Amino acid sequence: MNCPEVKTLLHPFIDGELDLVRTLEIERHQHSCSECTRAVQGLQSLRTAIKRDELHFPAPASLCRDIRSALRAESKSTPKPTRNVFRWLAFATPAVAVLVLALLYPFWLAASHDSRLADEITAGHVRSLMAGHLMDVASTDQHTVKPWFDGKIDFAPPVRDFEGFPLIGGRLDYVGGHAAAALVYHRQKHVINVFIWPAAGDASQAPKALIRRGYNLVRWSTSGMEFWAVSDLNSAELSEFALQWRK
Amino acid sequence: MVVDEADKLKTFEQTVLPHLDAAHNLARWLTGNDHDAQDVTQDACVRAFRYFGGFRGGDPRAWLLTIVRNTSHTWLRQNRPHSPPAEDPSDALLAVEDTAPDPGAALLKNASATALRAAIAELPVEFREAIVLRELEGLSYKEISAVADVPIGTVMSRLARARSLLQRRLLAQTLVEDHP
Repeated sequence: MNCPEVKTLLHPFIDGELDLVRTLEIERHQHSCSECTRAVQGLQSLRTAIKRDELHFPAPASLCRDIRSALRAESKSTPKPTRNVFRWLAFATPAVAVLVLALLYPFWLAASHDSRLADEITAGHVRSLMAGHLMDVASTDQHTVKPWFDGKIDFAPPVRDFEGFPLIGGRLDYVGGHAAAALVYHRQKHVINVFIWPAAGDASQAPKALIRRGYNLVRWSTSGMEFWAVSDLNSAELSEFALQWRK
Repeated sequence: MVVDEADKLKTFEQTVLPHLDAAHNLARWLTGNDHDAQDVTQDACVRAFRYFGGFRGGDPRAWLLTIVRNTSHTWLRQNRPHSPPAEDPSDALLAVEDTAPDPGAALLKNASATALRAAIAELPVEFREAIVLRELEGLSYKEISAVADVPIGTVMSRLARARSLLQRRLLAQTLVEDHP
């Protein structure tokens, strides 16, 4: 360490605030530098001079007595009702929190279920393009694709062909803990995967758009089936595709 | 958990009141006179007692000193609105580089308590509180930074600046005494 470096660390050095390595370096520097040694001695003698009892102002005994009686008065004047309110709050707050959580839990569960499904579906879409396993049955004919699923899954997925969105095939997939039929469509150069499985309830749901890692997703349910369409196609065209399904 | 008032008072008396001397010392150095120092100390203790429910372990002395420090500064704002302004940041930077004139170890050993007291009392309040907390109460940089609510680097530069000013003043006084 050189003099300018040592000088910036003189105060933490004499205050014992430096780590061992830098403390030793400064001590070593002092052996060879009388200027820094004098500066340290000057600061240390200032510290010794200040740290004397005459400069400390202890609390007078009368102040101790005054404070003790002020505290007792303060302690007695603390209003009891406030305390009871706090006591009530102390028990009520966790209870209210539990109640709110219990009421919101089903919604949260549903939301996190959807979010997990969206992730799985996006992963399924990416995997189908990556592994070269887009289709088990390659056919533009819905009457070839639909029977292909017979005996492979325990439901009959609707298979349709649309103007501007040609069907190119289908395959078996697995999402959300059950088998799903995946139909593959083209829109110009874009691939659309439609995952289909039986819905939990009969209620049909309007299309809802989501985005996952840059992919657009649209989900809906109708006639007892749950549909998830996923593609790198823009969301307007994907929504149009979803609307055609519901016609 | 609800602590009974009587228990709270007893715990407060056992953990916080032992540091009354330190509290009064800081208030005395910041206000500059006995009467106001006692008022501020008492006020700070009553406040500390009110907030005691929120005190979660830690060092009770540093905790009490923080309240005393804040109470003192409120008092200063109300009663000494024209006190010297806080240090200029560029000043603080200079301070670390500043090698104070070396008054020599011997000179300082002979400096009277009165001279030292006057020199410390003349320091701007931020420097004064850093010196008092460090030298008279023996707080670490980290503790001072918590009490004064400033970064550790600021504590370091305030101490450096304070010591440099003290050395200059004590040297000047010694010269005057030697050559009246």
